[in-house]
Amino acid sequence: MLYFDHCASTPPHEDVVRTMMEVMTKHYANPSSLHGGGVAAARLLEKAREQLGQLMNTKQGRWIFTSGGTESNNLAIKGVARALRSRGNHIITSSIEHASVYEVMQQLKEEGFDITELPVSREGHVQLEDVKSAIRDHTILVSIMHVNNELGTIQPIAEIGELLKSYPKLKFHVDAVQSIGKLPIDIEGWGIDLLSGSAHKLRGPRGVGFLYVRNGLPLAAQQAGGSQEFDLRAGTENIAAIVASAKALRLAITKQPQLAAQVEQLAAYLKTRLAEIAELKLNGGAPQSPFIVHFSYPGMKPEVIIHMLEQKGILASTRSACSSKDDKPSRVLLAIGATREEAAGGIRISFGEEHTKQDVDQLVLALQQIVASLKPLERGSRH
Amino acid sequence: MNYDRIVLRYGDLTMKGRNRKVFEDKMLKSVKRAMKPFPEVTYWRTYGRMHVLLNGAPHQPVIDRLKDLFGIVSVSPVISVPSELEAIQAAALDIMASLKKQPATFKVNAKRAWKGFPHGSHEMNHLVGGHILPRYPELRVDVHHPELELKLDIHEEATHLYWETIPAAGGFPYATSGKAMLLLSGGIDSPVAGWLALRKGLELEAVHFHSYPFTSEQATDKVKTLTRRLSYYAGVPIRLHLVPFTDIQTKIAHGNQENLTITLMRRAMLRITELLAEQVKANGIVTGESLGQVASQTLSSMNVIGRVATLPMIKPLITMDKQEIIEIARQIDTYETSILPFEDCCTLFLPKSPSTNPNLRVVERVEHSMEDYDLLIKQAVENTETILLSFNENNNEASQDEENWF
Repeated sequence: MLYFDHCASTPPHEDVVRTMMEVMTKHYANPSSLHGGGVAAARLLEKAREQLGQLMNTKQGRWIFTSGGTESNNLAIKGVARALRSRGNHIITSSIEHASVYEVMQQLKEEGFDITELPVSREGHVQLEDVKSAIRDHTILVSIMHVNNELGTIQPIAEIGELLKSYPKLKFHVDAVQSIGKLPIDIEGWGIDLLSGSAHKLRGPRGVGFLYVRNGLPLAAQQAGGSQEFDLRAGTENIAAIVASAKALRLAITKQPQLAAQVEQLAAYLKTRLAEIAELKLNGGAPQSPFIVHFSYPGMKPEVIIHMLEQKGILASTRSACSSKDDKPSRVLLAIGATREEAAGGIRISFGEEHTKQDVDQLVLALQQIVASLKPLERGSRH
Repeated sequence: MNYDRIVLRYGDLTMKGRNRKVFEDKMLKSVKRAMKPFPEVTYWRTYGRMHVLLNGAPHQPVIDRLKDLFGIVSVSPVISVPSELEAIQAAALDIMASLKKQPATFKVNAKRAWKGFPHGSHEMNHLVGGHILPRYPELRVDVHHPELELKLDIHEEATHLYWETIPAAGGFPYATSGKAMLLLSGGIDSPVAGWLALRKGLELEAVHFHSYPFTSEQATDKVKTLTRRLSYYAGVPIRLHLVPFTDIQTKIAHGNQENLTITLMRRAMLRITELLAEQVKANGIVTGESLGQVASQTLSSMNVIGRVATLPMIKPLITMDKQEIIEIARQIDTYETSILPFEDCCTLFLPKSPSTNPNLRVVERVEHSMEDYDLLIKQAVENTETILLSFNENNNEASQDEENWF
């Protein structure tokens, strides 16, 4: 079986699984308990936090552990919006954000916040000038993702951060779920105030999200019931999964440059090969994360292709796993100006470290066969 | 920029007369200790300065370490070129090109130590300045308040160029002023007092009073972390004396003089510290007291408490405001540890209204009437646990298991 869905979730690393099992067995005490067991668990928690800071090279902020990327995005955006409401109610985001940002923005809109959704280029990138001209006196937050989860396009985060440095009252949130551990990120150099990540996208366990919060940033907790995580996230900490996540991040960062280079070659190769299949259309343009290749088969329901690929032992996604059960055309593809037909037919291939050129060849061969068998069924080809 | 050495300028020790040699030797020792992680560096001493020759060691970590060492007022990274006019001019241009921010004004300040060099100091200022100016049309010379002062030291073997002066910690080198005990509670003040005492060249041994089970192990861990931090500034491991204080404290708390609890506790602490000082041959006691900060730190409280000490009391924070203390705590990176919410023994049994003006005779009478008071003091000293702590180790010797988990 070929698993090409690493951007949805990854197979956990065997060392991560072992860590999780051992810590879970040994450190079951509640880290808030005062006895030795609790103290030991709390120490592991803090060690994991420290490791995140070291790996991500952050000194002016701290890392909060949440239940996942979605919660990190919710906490970051709602937390800032509600804490800074007295200062302003305008928020800037892009039209290609993940559902956990997009739908939070919809909720805030209902609460009376004024949301500007920036358009993106045909290639799938937010334009710096658009950010600049959207800023108003009462803008409190800009939330832009680093790597788009469907197209893989890399947004100009460093440049936006540089621009926002001249607006110190305005906070900058980055959803880095698809880039943390995979691409270099200079959180503090780029002037980022909040950054979300998720452990299971980098071979860590499910159920752990990261959120970097710059010191002194006002953030309203979104869940009540305890003073864990600096009063920002009530609930007993998931020590085993958190320690395992810290390990997963270390493993990812250690081999990050090498893996990125390896995957870069695969992505380039796959794109060349896909270009040979006339029916398929590549989406998104450079700069693009090498971990994602996205294409459409206009006029064909993507589910059909996904199912046929699976029959051949190949697993891929239609788009963001969080929205893949919707039958609607992709919001992200519509945003880059795709037709409804193209937007309904997106396929996402995402790579991991186990993939080789032979795997790509196998995928291409499967796609060639699928296209050949579907061609007669294309909408508009039957008169 | 290819720095080849760092110049260190000495602080207060240059004022020393005949003892100067001793101080300079201690300074070199202290620098050498701090440079242990960089075995390739070598040293060269000149009058009032020291050169640390990098020999390939990375300059930034070396500077970062040296600027925290006591006895040094400032450090400058240096590049060295052959003592030839063209080489010096070229290096000056390289330096200009490397600056992050172009200065509006500058001057060249040449010193010709090697009289065989064909151009005099004054002439060199013009030759180098005149070489730079045409390439930077915005740049002007200002000999009084230049934004950039490019210094040239011309020696026969090489010319050293430097322009950046990074302030360092100042004070006297480690252990040039004798040894004292530091009362270390774990709060914000005492580590700052310790740092200031180290800066004046004192060698320190820390004393901490714990009252398990009334205080937690985390409170002690906190003090260990702070001691390790101080050991970074000292450059050597520091001894921490952990005094069991539970028995004395409960004895005092059981008395019926609630408002004198703190006064009595502080006196007991000083008595114990003096006995420890005697054992380790220390000649003073450093505390983090600041006038008027809490009830035990009013002048009359300090009078009654201080009576039991015969050694000189050193109170570096005595006239400082809390905000000033906090600023230093942040600078020396002890603040975040100090504010961790673990109670130390002083906040336990805190009376509702501690006396700000205790009566010495009453205090002495209470102590006199306490059964086994002297014995308890003696036992506390005997049962004191002493550990040696160094900045380059962690508090908790993690198990192999644990290392593997991360």
